[in-house]
Amino acid sequence: MLQPRIIPCLLIKDGGLVKTVNFSEPKYIGDPINAVKIFNEKKIDELIVLDIDATVNKQEPDFTLISKLASECRMPLCYGGGIKSVEQIKKIISLGVEKISISSQSILDPNIISQASMLVGNQSIVATLDIKTENGKLSLFTHNGKIKVDKDPLDLIRKLQRQGVGEIVINSISNEGTMLGYNTNLIDRIIKKIDVPLTIIGGAGSHKDIHQLFKKYGLLGAGAGSLFVFKGQFRAVLINYPNDEEKKNILSGYKLDY
Amino acid sequence: MIAIINYGLGNVKAIYSVYKNLNVDVIIASQKDDLVNIDKIILPGVGSFDYAMSCLKNSSMSDQIMELVLIKKKKILGICVGMQMFSESSEEGSVKGLGWIKSSVKKIPSIHSGRNLSLPHMGWNNLSKIKKNKLFKNLDEKSIFYFLHSYYFDAENEADVMAYTDYGNIFPCAVNVENIYGVQFHPEKSHENGTTILKNFSEL
Repeated sequence: MLQPRIIPCLLIKDGGLVKTVNFSEPKYIGDPINAVKIFNEKKIDELIVLDIDATVNKQEPDFTLISKLASECRMPLCYGGGIKSVEQIKKIISLGVEKISISSQSILDPNIISQASMLVGNQSIVATLDIKTENGKLSLFTHNGKIKVDKDPLDLIRKLQRQGVGEIVINSISNEGTMLGYNTNLIDRIIKKIDVPLTIIGGAGSHKDIHQLFKKYGLLGAGAGSLFVFKGQFRAVLINYPNDEEKKNILSGYKLDY
Repeated sequence: MIAIINYGLGNVKAIYSVYKNLNVDVIIASQKDDLVNIDKIILPGVGSFDYAMSCLKNSSMSDQIMELVLIKKKKILGICVGMQMFSESSEEGSVKGLGWIKSSVKKIPSIHSGRNLSLPHMGWNNLSKIKKNKLFKNLDEKSIFYFLHSYYFDAENEADVMAYTDYGNIFPCAVNVENIYGVQFHPEKSHENGTTILKNFSEL
């Protein structure tokens, strides 16, 4: 039976790992390759690595770092940050990355999704959307939550799926880094519109939060940053991940609806 | 010596480092001169069918790989689209496959019992109906592997299928005909179960 995925999400800034709160106040966590080595030992389901500098600084993706990450990862890797062209996507696939997350470019020009899918297959093309819930409305943002985009997120999700996107990752800006739980209000409003695999990031503060997410929504990806890099109320840096027993508890009560 | 074919697709380096850690002789083959003294071949893959076929055909190693597999009968393991290329055709594209195994690649049905299944089939799944085969030594039907695909390998002969997987509908996920082996999942990204598959292949 296909299992829901529990996915650490790491952010890269100036070549190092950071963790943010509501997309602000980046705190230095450590070296990305070292983190991957620890996550290998913990046998994680999948890893998302997002370079939060690349688009903002108008830089190319850091191909050297991506190559090192891909060869180190014993689990599937999704890379995002600064992707603007199909050429870059081809290059990153050739470095051994399984999935490529396209964020601001997929909003500017959803056609990049179909062009990329035709080449590398839709299973490898991920669209990551940063969404804020404001006064009961869903608003779309780019550039680490700094630029608001005047497009309806639900319309965009429909468009991206028509273009053949392979997965949608929704990052809740309002919950990111707070560790206060996932934004179920946001999930409730989008989940029925999505027929490709869906991953939610933003707000996970405990294994229980992930357990409840799977129990309520079934098969999806639960992304988490702070939960898997911090320990305790003083947020000491300690890379962690549920062990087999804890994972069993998280997955208990989950039913696949086929 | 195992050659991992580097034709611009798939996680060549991850497979390489698995074998290095196991102390197995391995080489990343990027040109035909790299394919001398080779006992086994791994054909990795992430990508669409037509793109993968064109990358393989355009590589300088293409003829040599055919000779090693079809004439010298060296064992080959195809991974994901690397395996799908062994088939005769694919619904994902219009280019002909290698045609090494009687089969066609088809889209995974996205409806089961009237419900929609999300595609791609993405994540960790277990195998079913595993046939006794040295490739699956020390693994069983509880072992989970990472899958990432929307198309599956529809083998014509049940005898060629080593294992199936269940995603609403059940489809082949490992095949073997003589010296030709293929798996739909990604052993290079499936932690120790994947390492076991790669180790077993090196010992065949």
